[in-house]
Amino acid sequence: MPPSLNPYQKAKVHVTEKRGQLQRFFYGAGNLVAFAGRFFKEVVKPPFEWREIFYQSYLVGYKSTFLIGLTAFIMGVVLTIQTRPSMAEFGAISLIPGMISVSVVREIGPVITALICCGKIGSRMGAELGAMKVTEQIDAMEVSAINPFHYLVVTRTVATTLMIPLLAIIADAIAMYGGFLAMNIHDTMTLRHFFVAGLSHLEFIDVFPAIIKTFFFGFVVGLIGCYKGYQARRGTESVGIAANSAVVASSLAVFIIDMLAAQITDLL
Amino acid sequence: MTDKSNDIMDMPRVSPAGETTKEPVISIRGLKKSFKDHEVLKGIDLDVYKGENLVVLGKSGSGKSVLIKCLVGLEYPDEGEIKVFGQDISRLEYDELNALRVRVGFLFQNAALYDSMTVRENLAFPLRKHKKTMSREKKEAVIMEMLDNVGLVDSIDQMPSRLSGGQAKRIGLARTLILRPEVMLYDEPTTGLDTATSHEISELMVRTKKKYNISSITITHDMPCARLTADRIILIKEGLVVAEGSYDELERSEDEWVRSFFY
Repeated sequence: MPPSLNPYQKAKVHVTEKRGQLQRFFYGAGNLVAFAGRFFKEVVKPPFEWREIFYQSYLVGYKSTFLIGLTAFIMGVVLTIQTRPSMAEFGAISLIPGMISVSVVREIGPVITALICCGKIGSRMGAELGAMKVTEQIDAMEVSAINPFHYLVVTRTVATTLMIPLLAIIADAIAMYGGFLAMNIHDTMTLRHFFVAGLSHLEFIDVFPAIIKTFFFGFVVGLIGCYKGYQARRGTESVGIAANSAVVASSLAVFIIDMLAAQITDLL
Repeated sequence: MTDKSNDIMDMPRVSPAGETTKEPVISIRGLKKSFKDHEVLKGIDLDVYKGENLVVLGKSGSGKSVLIKCLVGLEYPDEGEIKVFGQDISRLEYDELNALRVRVGFLFQNAALYDSMTVRENLAFPLRKHKKTMSREKKEAVIMEMLDNVGLVDSIDQMPSRLSGGQAKRIGLARTLILRPEVMLYDEPTTGLDTATSHEISELMVRTKKKYNISSITITHDMPCARLTADRIILIKEGLVVAEGSYDELERSEDEWVRSFFY
């Protein structure tokens, strides 16, 4: 049996553990910043891997459209059904399209899209690059004088940075359509009327920051997914860890960026 | 057989082609490498001459793989000098190192084929990156030639997951040879293969060496492979080269530890 520790010793062990965790956190954060720095250095360096960027854009964009669309549709329907009773109580049913469009465009569309991409794309990138690392495919590229960072990380991160804003715009439109259908369960409103009423409530300050933040969402989803895969150690277990931690870290990053974006928008 | 202290490394070598080669293609002096507190390599000195296959033997964890990874910049030495074609690799810029890497082929233990690409794409990938002016027809002809060398033309459209261990190794070798390297580094090329397939891979290594006059370093535990392919063998123990010689010389060594590899 291990010797029992007095309260002072227990506290000391606890503090040492916490200090180790904190050190690892800052070490990881520092590495991620260095990884991002390398991305910005490599992204402007030719040769540009257009073929791989298009292929990754296809995987990120086209292959995710159905899932994003379905989720956005459900969100639009649910949002309308949940808010209708309160709006009806205040006699403000005519304001539902405006409320739906503002909440979808400003917040729900971009964030839901980014979170689904964290799960679908971030985990795929983490697992894919992790497996490539573990099976020495990244080393094989390196010794073949092919820059794996340029070929794997830059292309994937550029693809997510460009595609997630597009997916968010598609999600916004589909969520609005879902809201329109849900509105017509109890009320009658034409599609044109719903969209005109909804979009008339949107201002530049609603749309522009929302689109800008989706570029940041796309960037962190791709970068963190690739970073976690690139950091995988030997062994198959590390592939699972890479995929899992890619989802957790990129989801957290999405919320942090969203919070910062909300603060900045509030100042404007 | 010689000890590490002997001056055999300073002697000119005769390549199998009969050409005397004074200048080593690879020269390592005082190579030291540690991982945290564990000192893996404690001062390795060795030379590899043109057209020669040097086999490196040693127990698991003795630093053999680390040694060849240092040669291509996958690991960096803590101390010492590594010269490949006369260039000190630890002083090279990334682009210079890449130019050197094109001249050095590396066959990984598990072949490391890109599993999202077919065999054809695996072989075409290095060509696409390094032979941009080569026509599509020429590239296709080079791919077919390399697959023919390893006897796997029929597997051209297969995915790596469909290949056996021996086939994957052969495709890995074809992919490495496609850039016509002057030096090959084999990291346990026969590990995990049955005796017959190991023999096939060893023979393929010998044929490759003769056909392209390639110098090579082979890390292996497989003594039949070492016997078939080695011009010279070194043994690494606890991070140091402790014995050097031909297969027959080392087999007759008076050192019990050295002979234990040949039982």
